[in-house]
Amino acid sequence: MAVLTDFTSRDWKSHPAYRHPPYKSTVLRGPSKPLLPLPHTLSELTGPIYGHEVLESLDHDLTKNAVRNGEPLGERIIVSGRVLDEEGRPVPETLIEIWQANAAGRYIHRVDQHDAPIDANFLGSGRCMTDQDGRYRFTSIKPGAYPWGNHPNGWRPQHIHFSLFGTSFLSRLVTQMYFPGDPLLPLDPIFNSTADEEARDRLVAKFSLDLTEPEWALGYEFDIVLRGPQSTPMEN
Amino acid sequence: MSKETPSQTVGPYFDYGLTPERYGKTGIANNILTKKETQGIRIRLEGQVFDGEGSPISDALIEIWQSNSQGRYRHPNDDREEFALDEHFHGFGRAPTNNNGEYWFETIKPGPVPSRGNVLQAPHINLIVMMRGMLVHAYSRLYFSDELEANSNDPVLSSIEEERRGTLIAVRQERAGQLIYRLDIHMQGEQETVFFDA
Ligand SMILES: [Fe+3]
Repeated sequence: MAVLTDFTSRDWKSHPAYRHPPYKSTVLRGPSKPLLPLPHTLSELTGPIYGHEVLESLDHDLTKNAVRNGEPLGERIIVSGRVLDEEGRPVPETLIEIWQANAAGRYIHRVDQHDAPIDANFLGSGRCMTDQDGRYRFTSIKPGAYPWGNHPNGWRPQHIHFSLFGTSFLSRLVTQMYFPGDPLLPLDPIFNSTADEEARDRLVAKFSLDLTEPEWALGYEFDIVLRGPQSTPMEN
Repeated sequence: MSKETPSQTVGPYFDYGLTPERYGKTGIANNILTKKETQGIRIRLEGQVFDGEGSPISDALIEIWQSNSQGRYRHPNDDREEFALDEHFHGFGRAPTNNNGEYWFETIKPGPVPSRGNVLQAPHINLIVMMRGMLVHAYSRLYFSDELEANSNDPVLSSIEEERRGTLIAVRQERAGQLIYRLDIHMQGEQETVFFDA
């Protein structure tokens, strides 16, 4: 049997607390008792792996994958970056699932009542894979900010949701990517749920002229760091 | 050295990206893990997810990851070739909760998997729980109420104080010839489910 290498433990300094009262729903939903330790067995050190077989040809292009009768409205963007582990090793061939609101800040969803237009040519759902270098890339429309009922006049900053598996069940990550300079960021209880400012900054993409395509779309760079196998521990 | 990207809530609109069937899109996984050809004992997992006031949570997502009927995971770290892979079983599933906070899966009973040091673990299914209002996903496990002996020897269950072990044990029922295991998930309160710092 393969020699199993423990994973790094979760870096709780980088993650939000389960209960963060400014984000009201967390108060009754976050576990209140301490988490119990779990040894890393085969159950934890394995995990779902999906490859190119689940990708449809337009999954990585949200400006095209739901077109009915024209181009979606809004500012075209290219989002690219690398998925790495904490040692800086690339995570190759790993699936990323993404979802977001349209340019007006609207989701087509049974519980989204926001009075902003639906875009018949934009769904806001996509997938892509990292390459051998851990690099991914997708094309989309810059999502709009949208209101939410958490507090009076509350608005979510522009964001794209990301879901990743990495190499085991332990590297699973669901997160959100934000845009640089968004004036709503300092006001957003979800973004600010991570106490550590440096950690929060890792949620904000960087504008990239290199990724920007002339006459076509603005580029944003967003690297993602997942838990990975520990480097060999020193025996004392 | 890089540091982890912080987790953020899956939010209320995750079915867009993660379970997009209602938008005419095929997701990578859903709550039916079996095909006609899949080997193993058919089971249905079901339960409800509750918040700290006992109200059902209608926008949670449960993910499961499990071994096949032989106890083998479909992953390169599980290279125990003496236990065959089943080409008709992947082992990953996703179920959003409905308006009553209910989830269900159709799957097979997993085989036992070794712990570190080759002690056999009781058959179990690995869970991830996420929802609107939860900033970091939570890990848990589902064990089976009819595996009394295996459960009593399981290193993880044994490490949990006795009063809380039951929060991980799905209760066997039979209904119209179907084998059902029921596990409710309580985010808080007296019956708070055991969640792990995996
Ligand atoms: Fe959102």
